[in-house]
Amino acid sequence: MKRSTVWGWFWVILGVLYLVIPLWGAFDFSLRAERDVIGFAAYARAFADDDFWRTFIFSNQMALISIVISVLLIVLTAYWVQLKLPQLRPIVEFITLLPFVIPAIILVFGYIKLYSRPLAVGPISLLPPLTNTDFSTNILLVAGYVVLALPYMYRSVDNGLRAIDVRTLTEAAQSLGANWITIMFRIIMPNLRAALLSGALLTFAIVVGELTIATFLGRPAFGPYLQLLGQHKAYEPAALSIASFLLTWGAMILIYFVTRGTETQTTGAH
Amino acid sequence: MAQAAVAPPKTSSDLIARFGGIPLAWVGVLPFFLFALLFLVLPSLSLFTGSFTAADGNFTLQNILDLSRPDIVSAYTLSIQISVVTAVLGALFGFFIAYALVMTGVPGPVRTSMVTACGVASNFAGVPLAFAFVAALGRTGFITQFLRDTFNYNIYDHGFNLYSFLGLSLTYLYFQFPLMVLVMMPALEGLKREWREASQNLGASSFQYWRYVALPILMPSILGTMILLFGNAFGAYATAYALTGGRLQLVTIQIGAQIRGDVLHNPGLGYAMALGMVVIMAVSILAYTWLQRRAARWLQ
Repeated sequence: MKRSTVWGWFWVILGVLYLVIPLWGAFDFSLRAERDVIGFAAYARAFADDDFWRTFIFSNQMALISIVISVLLIVLTAYWVQLKLPQLRPIVEFITLLPFVIPAIILVFGYIKLYSRPLAVGPISLLPPLTNTDFSTNILLVAGYVVLALPYMYRSVDNGLRAIDVRTLTEAAQSLGANWITIMFRIIMPNLRAALLSGALLTFAIVVGELTIATFLGRPAFGPYLQLLGQHKAYEPAALSIASFLLTWGAMILIYFVTRGTETQTTGAH
Repeated sequence: MAQAAVAPPKTSSDLIARFGGIPLAWVGVLPFFLFALLFLVLPSLSLFTGSFTAADGNFTLQNILDLSRPDIVSAYTLSIQISVVTAVLGALFGFFIAYALVMTGVPGPVRTSMVTACGVASNFAGVPLAFAFVAALGRTGFITQFLRDTFNYNIYDHGFNLYSFLGLSLTYLYFQFPLMVLVMMPALEGLKREWREASQNLGASSFQYWRYVALPILMPSILGTMILLFGNAFGAYATAYALTGGRLQLVTIQIGAQIRGDVLHNPGLGYAMALGMVVIMAVSILAYTWLQRRAARWLQ
């Protein structure tokens, strides 16, 4: 074997060990919930908890709503910018980069400061305090998630739009009598399938176990539940960590297959 | 209505119709700008104005000056230290792995699995990651027990503690180095074979090729990604909180405590701390974009 190959394997194996050992540790630990027995008791107990299902379903609902809103918002914006307002592209790109500058903890700090009082311009009150009811706090939570997903979703959609000829598709649809709703939902979005799916899965992976925003807005999400569980249980949190790892892993594998499809398509078109 | 206004588009200037005084074309981006204003710009601005407002509502610079308080300076120092350490180590480790995957004879399937694994790991943070590290390196963790049983060496008797600077750094590295791998692989693939051949023809050794050709070309990407990793660690709250509770006084942890209940006894100072974080993040992102542009000169 060549010296460089040995060296290559050395680093790859080191990397694999770093990635696998903590997970193996958590997995091994999660199997030892019962004395002297290796088994899935911790998983059974974790999944039997009503609070687990309540928070997990809540987080999934919030993730789903966030994905739908961010897809609609980003596709509309990126499409419009590409077709009609290319001069706005730098501004839009700048805004989509802002979430990198404003970490989740600062974002939620800003939400609490701004929206725990009525939003007013001078004497005119525009909005009641949003943190007062569960529903309006959920609006803040979803908004926060859409913001966290913004850079990834925008990049994904923008790359997708660059790969198709937006102007020709739009003009062809218009000359066949299609209206804007038809163009959006039956022409543009189907062409962006892969980009939207990978953006959505990434959003899902970020949002489902999210702790910071959910904790400070006091919402019963999965992240805070897991954190609380970790303070007074030992084996169940390890089991749920493994479960959420598998969830993230599943999402990434799907992204891999989805985007690989588009790559072969684009090379095929060339 | 929008439909009627844009129905027969001949040229793109025809597309701009008027809609109550606003060019109709702007209506399409209105939702986005409204969203950004309400949930990104205004909340940030409100923290900004909060940092310059005294308890009586008047303008003040006192909150900004109070950032020099020893406890706050030490929080920033700790956050910056841990971010720099994990960014540099993560970048080095990630670079070597990316190098191994691209440049050496590692077979394709290994490469693909490693890329997917890095994609997962760079998104695997927060509470589950902290728990995995407790299960691996905690007092009764997998590695701790293995070292104790096999080599009779208890790392906790020799100064190791997972809930410390070192422990948190090891945990952050779990999502830091995979990100470096993902960003560096395309950059390494962008190194042209001709450059290596040309330098060999001129009699350069492998070391000289790396020292005078490859590394200078890659340097903007490497530094840029390091900055990205810095920001990644600097803004992290969930992982640090889940792992150490409040034991390590990072800036994010202090801001969290301040949101829970005015621990600084001055709301304005809390806003100023947040502003300080945003300034540091903004400077690093600017440096990052600048380096990205430099990187794009050679690597297409």
